[in-house]
Amino acid sequence: MPAFPTAAREAVGNKTLRANLRHATHTIRDKRARAVAELDDWDQLREAGKRIKDETLRHLDRHLIQLEESVTAAGGTVHWAADADEANRIVTALVKATGETEVVKVKSMATQEIGLNEALEAEGIHAYETDLAELIVQLGKDRPSHILVPAIHRNRGEIREIFAREMSEWGRPAPDGLTDTPAELAEAARLHLREKFLRAKVGVSGANFMVAETGTMVVVESEGNGRMCLTLPETLISVVGIEKIVPTWRDLEVFLQTLPRSSTAERMNPYTSMWTGPSQEDGPSTFHLVLLDNGRTDTLADEVGRQALRCIRCSACLNVCPVYERAGGHAYGSVYPGPIGAILSPQLRGTQSEIDASLPYASSLCGACYEVCPVAIDIPEVLVHLRERVVQGGEVTRHGTRVTLRPAKGHAAERAAMRAAGWAFGRPGALRAGQRLASGTRRFHPRTLPGPGRAWSATRDLPKVPAEPFRDWWRRTNGGRAEKGDKK
Amino acid sequence: MRVALFLTCVNDTLYPDTGRAVVKLLTRLGVDVDFPMAQTCCGQAHYNTGYRHQAEPLARHFSDVFGSDEYDAIVTPSGSCGAMVRELYPRMGERARSEGRGDGLATTLAPVVPKTYELTEFLVDILGVTDVGAYYPHTVTYHPTCHGLRSLGLGDRPTRLLQAVKGLELRALPGADECCGFGGTFAMKNSDVSSAMGTDKVRNAESTGADTLCAADNSCLMHIGGTLTRLKSGVRPVHIAEILASTEEDPLS
Ligand code: SF4
Repeated sequence: MPAFPTAAREAVGNKTLRANLRHATHTIRDKRARAVAELDDWDQLREAGKRIKDETLRHLDRHLIQLEESVTAAGGTVHWAADADEANRIVTALVKATGETEVVKVKSMATQEIGLNEALEAEGIHAYETDLAELIVQLGKDRPSHILVPAIHRNRGEIREIFAREMSEWGRPAPDGLTDTPAELAEAARLHLREKFLRAKVGVSGANFMVAETGTMVVVESEGNGRMCLTLPETLISVVGIEKIVPTWRDLEVFLQTLPRSSTAERMNPYTSMWTGPSQEDGPSTFHLVLLDNGRTDTLADEVGRQALRCIRCSACLNVCPVYERAGGHAYGSVYPGPIGAILSPQLRGTQSEIDASLPYASSLCGACYEVCPVAIDIPEVLVHLRERVVQGGEVTRHGTRVTLRPAKGHAAERAAMRAAGWAFGRPGALRAGQRLASGTRRFHPRTLPGPGRAWSATRDLPKVPAEPFRDWWRRTNGGRAEKGDKK
Repeated sequence: MRVALFLTCVNDTLYPDTGRAVVKLLTRLGVDVDFPMAQTCCGQAHYNTGYRHQAEPLARHFSDVFGSDEYDAIVTPSGSCGAMVRELYPRMGERARSEGRGDGLATTLAPVVPKTYELTEFLVDILGVTDVGAYYPHTVTYHPTCHGLRSLGLGDRPTRLLQAVKGLELRALPGADECCGFGGTFAMKNSDVSSAMGTDKVRNAESTGADTLCAADNSCLMHIGGTLTRLKSGVRPVHIAEILASTEEDPLS
């Protein structure tokens, strides 16, 4: 995956994509603003959500043990996975033990993060996505580009194309003469998915929350397809990040208010499914919980960066981000795009790769993401913190041990420039000499710049250097007091 | 009242007219303005690009230059540099402390933090004026820059000041609170996205029919202005200080 600026260039130049993204993000951000404005205690809810998450993260070890006990007591089985490979191995083995070769999936970021579908496929097990947008992405052999609406980059016409072309390969074909009206598209998906639901013996999900005191798994969604996957199969396997814990049901109440309003602008999400262990009368009779670390403990060790673990994946920050709106989700090279992706991926994966080293810079630091975040993650603060890590290196925790990172490659010229600027700014005399030189040579200044400055002058004109910097004017005229006949 | 003008390195070097306008405006309002010659840069570019340790000496230098009791306030015509001092200097002190380097930095920076005001904030909150006696017979649309809007919370102070200007007709800017795409080194590191954002800002400004686009930060205006001239737009980028300094006797030309 190339660095963000390169990956974004293509999206910026794609008119259809930009129009799709612009339309979708602006619609949802306006609706969200209205839904949030309805609550006069939004600021308190936001603060409460932040505190609950921080408090839980501080004592995560204790809450995890309590969760394991509750889930076990309810008849479920808990597995611990340190990284993606281990999680994939566990899930694959569990599916194989059932003798099945097909699973239906509830939309889940955690399973995407670990590449579960691909890992299952390699073992001859087909995983079927049942969330409408995930289905579109899967059928289109595409990558998701948004946390909540993975097919946000597609318009109706494109979706019709994908359904008509691909559905027959995976199961029930699309009806003849399918048009691009939302009702027809939804009906085609419903018929296609129904066959999957009725046949599947194994369901795979993530969870929005895990309540530690009772071992309850909570899945919130809009379509009801998730509930089908949670109810119809005999075996349920859930892969859940360790940061998804809330200690009590009282804590849950806060997030069931903030999550739907932030994500889909609904007062309450249409389907909230809660499972406490397996059941012999209804729903799955076997339940496995795979608790996933995959870089989360390392992230927790970072005092500034750990706030990213408060994220409840509402995607509000994506919808207001001017960079996401133009670059699209794919440019972030991760299942977590947008502002949260820019701070989460380089922490979960480290900053070694080109893409991960570029993500902290994929922001103008405008602060719109922080403003909307329902758990008050100061994304700009973490971005700057990670930029520091990229250019200066420093101490981080990787796989549980403290290591000292070296600065990322490719910043030598910038570091030198920053140092030179720091030197000149430390000496007013040097700054003044530089200004004088710039003013004295102003007639010869080019309109385009060489080197890294070229990126600027390709699309924007440079300001003209004035004949006299302010400080010289101030000195010459004694702060304007001695100014006669001068302009202004 | 005696204030120190913190002009910022960008204004000093590239936009001296803004500095002259601030001096003219504040003097007209009876404020005694000083420009401490030893000032250089607040360190924002260093800090935001990831060079926090290189920003620290600049912050110390800032405090040496502006920390004097002689000044009742430090006034700057830049929302982002104002936010650097007010919001990020305390954070720098905190971080130094958390890294086991003691309270030194926090103590050094503390005196300048509460005394630093962005220009429109200073006019409205400290001087208590909204009508500064300005005259600017033009149609104007106002872009609230991100740091002014979100870090400093300038709110409607700038637009109240503009509305009180004689002859000025204020036109609402669609998508006003969206970033123009400058973001310091972002404009170069992510040039394509930055330009796309700048272009949208310019199109929105043009759609208002205003002849002037006004903001309270020359860094953003440099990016928007460079886009305006490249797109051959007739809209003129002007810093709010220059509008507020303009009078019937001595209009902004
Ligand atoms: S960072 Fe905040 S706004 Fe963004 S997805 Fe997470 S919770 Fe939502």
